[in-house]
Amino acid sequence: MARRYVPVAAFAGLIVAIQLATLATGTGYHLTQLTMTAYYSLVTVGLCMLIGYAGQISLGHAGFFAVGGYVTAFLTTWNLNLHQGAFVSLLGNSGALVSRTDLYGGSLLTIHPWPACAAAILLAVAIAYLVGGPVLKLKGHYLAMATLGIGIIVYRIVLGTEFLGAADGISEVPGFPLPAGLVITGDAASRIPNYYLAWGLVILGMVLLLNLIHSRVGRALSAVHGAEDAAGAMGIPTARYKLNVFVLSAVFAAMAGVFLTHYNGGIGPSEAGVMKSVRYVAIVAIGGMANLWGSLSMSLVLNYLSLRGYFGTYDDTVFGVILILIMLFAPDGLLRRHLISDLKRVVSRNPVEEEAP
Amino acid sequence: MTLLSVRGVSKRFGGLQAVNDLSFDVATGAIKALIGPNGAGKTTIFNLISGFLPPDSGEIVFGGEEIHAMSSCEVAIRGMVRTFQHIRLFPKMTVLENIMVGRHVHSRAGFLAGMLNLPSTWREERRIREKSHEVMELLGIAAHAGTEAVSLAYGQQRLVEIGRALACEPKLLLLDEPAAGLNMRETNEMGGLIGGIRNMGVTVLLVEHDMSLVMKISDEVVVVSYGEKIAEDRPLAIQKNREVIRVYLGDDE
Amino acid sequence: MLGGMTAVTLHQFLPLPLAIVLAVVLTMIVGAVIEIVFIRWLYKPSVLRMVIITIGVSILIREIALHIWGNAVRALPYFTGSAISSINLGGVYVSSQVLWVVAIGAVAVAALTAFFTMTMLGRQMRACAANRDAARLCGIDTGNMVTLSFVLSAAIGAVGGCVVCPITYVQYDSGTPLAIKGFTVAILGGLGNSTAAVGAGMILGILESFSIWVLPTAYKEAISIAILLAILFVKPSGIFGSAEAARLKEF
Repeated sequence: MARRYVPVAAFAGLIVAIQLATLATGTGYHLTQLTMTAYYSLVTVGLCMLIGYAGQISLGHAGFFAVGGYVTAFLTTWNLNLHQGAFVSLLGNSGALVSRTDLYGGSLLTIHPWPACAAAILLAVAIAYLVGGPVLKLKGHYLAMATLGIGIIVYRIVLGTEFLGAADGISEVPGFPLPAGLVITGDAASRIPNYYLAWGLVILGMVLLLNLIHSRVGRALSAVHGAEDAAGAMGIPTARYKLNVFVLSAVFAAMAGVFLTHYNGGIGPSEAGVMKSVRYVAIVAIGGMANLWGSLSMSLVLNYLSLRGYFGTYDDTVFGVILILIMLFAPDGLLRRHLISDLKRVVSRNPVEEEAP
Repeated sequence: MTLLSVRGVSKRFGGLQAVNDLSFDVATGAIKALIGPNGAGKTTIFNLISGFLPPDSGEIVFGGEEIHAMSSCEVAIRGMVRTFQHIRLFPKMTVLENIMVGRHVHSRAGFLAGMLNLPSTWREERRIREKSHEVMELLGIAAHAGTEAVSLAYGQQRLVEIGRALACEPKLLLLDEPAAGLNMRETNEMGGLIGGIRNMGVTVLLVEHDMSLVMKISDEVVVVSYGEKIAEDRPLAIQKNREVIRVYLGDDE
Repeated sequence: MLGGMTAVTLHQFLPLPLAIVLAVVLTMIVGAVIEIVFIRWLYKPSVLRMVIITIGVSILIREIALHIWGNAVRALPYFTGSAISSINLGGVYVSSQVLWVVAIGAVAVAALTAFFTMTMLGRQMRACAANRDAARLCGIDTGNMVTLSFVLSAAIGAVGGCVVCPITYVQYDSGTPLAIKGFTVAILGGLGNSTAAVGAGMILGILESFSIWVLPTAYKEAISIAILLAILFVKPSGIFGSAEAARLKEF
């Protein structure tokens, strides 16, 4: 069992190494993009679980990210001072509210980030359960178009709704306070703690997913992906499991949305756009569809490059091209498990034992 | 005592009446064979019994419960497991993992327990592994535990599929052409294996074309032709049944 | 989108009918190129794989269009009349361009139906859609059939783009929402039935327009998708399609 955690430790080491490298070279500002990359990676690994292990596709996952981000953004910037009433007093008495001052010195009464986060996750879960049931009954390209459609509906809603900021999105979102005085925020002063918080969250997510893969449920999911009717005949509740994985991946995406919104201090409708959804799928695809570590490393590299602007105006194009190339040449992804053993076989002239996964 | 009771079951596909008013029983602890010429509807009957297809009419009663409206998953939970005519092992999983999936109905760890890797799941996993090894030992495939299941020889893949089904500890095992593609020696071994399975307390219903195997191991045989039952009797009597002979060999005139 | 944008550019040096014809031809060539470069050499691709590939290709085309034409909004002039002229049809004032859209739509459907039922080539295409291997065994060149289908749909798309852009204007990214609506309508009508697609299209258009009675205009785009989802959940074979026939199709 310890074997599965070795890459986790190695990855944690890598994260520390990167931070120390930026410290040594005085390039601490890179940490900002790396932190954002971490949150995007959270979406990616959740999606990898859905695509690779449950065998479903979602071209609308940016929608769940946006649900998480927008709900928390709205609730933590909605000035309840303007809406006195019984409900507001109830919230106040239960400690859900927080008073603060905004940029211009006015006083604000908004919902505390913790209940806001809870509300965001709950809404994402509710939506995922509601649409997941019927959507996952669809096959192949119908499922793809349906999830694409859901993402677009979310995009249109956030783009067209006034109180969600319409085309400008929501800004001045406060930081997300954590115990021990830590805050998830974009302030330069807390760059390093935020970097470790973000990647710590990603590592925690990876541990949970790795555990799931190696558990009874993970085996069942693999079976469902491999031969769904045979899996059902063995007593595996295929529809229920697929739905649960869908909801789980939605939770990952929504959490990422919540925390990145607090980190960035705002969110805009482009986070819900088709291009973002395509980006997540492209990264999972090039990472090897059923390969969590592949998706994570590809996400680290590609998102970081994109955020640093290395792709210039061709940002969306890059991911579109990646998707085309992967789908054309290697629909099972580039970093398949068996690629390693295939390579081994080519390099040494002896037959290699199939690795027990 | 009757374990499975098929009563007046019919199924139509568009213009084709695949199964027509079929009735037969399977007694607990018996080995019953379902035979018939090609196209007689045997796999359809299996699909109807095991929850893959809903019957148009009739009932199917298993262990005292009506199951004809249930899905294959619900049927499996109640103790009826099947194998497939064209082997359906889980690709990208080893032999051991394939068989461990069979233990799914007898274990409980869900999503949360799986993600948190709770100590209670460690014990369960160990028990699953042990039981799976037992099944593999029984079938003589323990040596291939770590091999990818779909890369094995055909005969051994059959054994893995049967092992996966046995791991569910079924009350009734449906074997869809277990001897298909096997040579004479392997077929004999399969016969011995099926007998051994019955001795473990599992009732067996099999579809099979290999007559020597059928006649040797079955307690009773049901013969179907064009979706209708034409005979149900002990093997020796079936061999002498004129209708059966006519259906298989054609009329003499 | 390509049809509309190309026609606008060509119209700068060519008379309108010629510009449109040339634009359609150019788009047909693009369609053929896409199929030959990306699809033709795939071995038995699943529809999902092709969907994702073509989504990627559409992103590419969008970016190329953006780099060629920038993000300016263009329009062809009205075919007859102008933006403010209208024709009185029994008391209702309809823009002449709308009549052009309806007329050309009707002609397209009639031509397609005639093609598929009465010409050998059309029947061959239907055979390929029903069972590709059997069609190959009959001597039909299925590879070319697929290319032809891409070319045909590119042509129709281009014609549609040209005829509608005086009213709705065209921009580098106006293709995507139309593609989604097109997919919705195709599914709604039951795949392969062009008359039903027209009926479904009209139903969708009417529903979308009336939706602004109950919902803010900004959500109009979301309505067509919500309808698509509703159809997919309830009857994936479409309002006019039959479930049996849908199951028999290759996908």
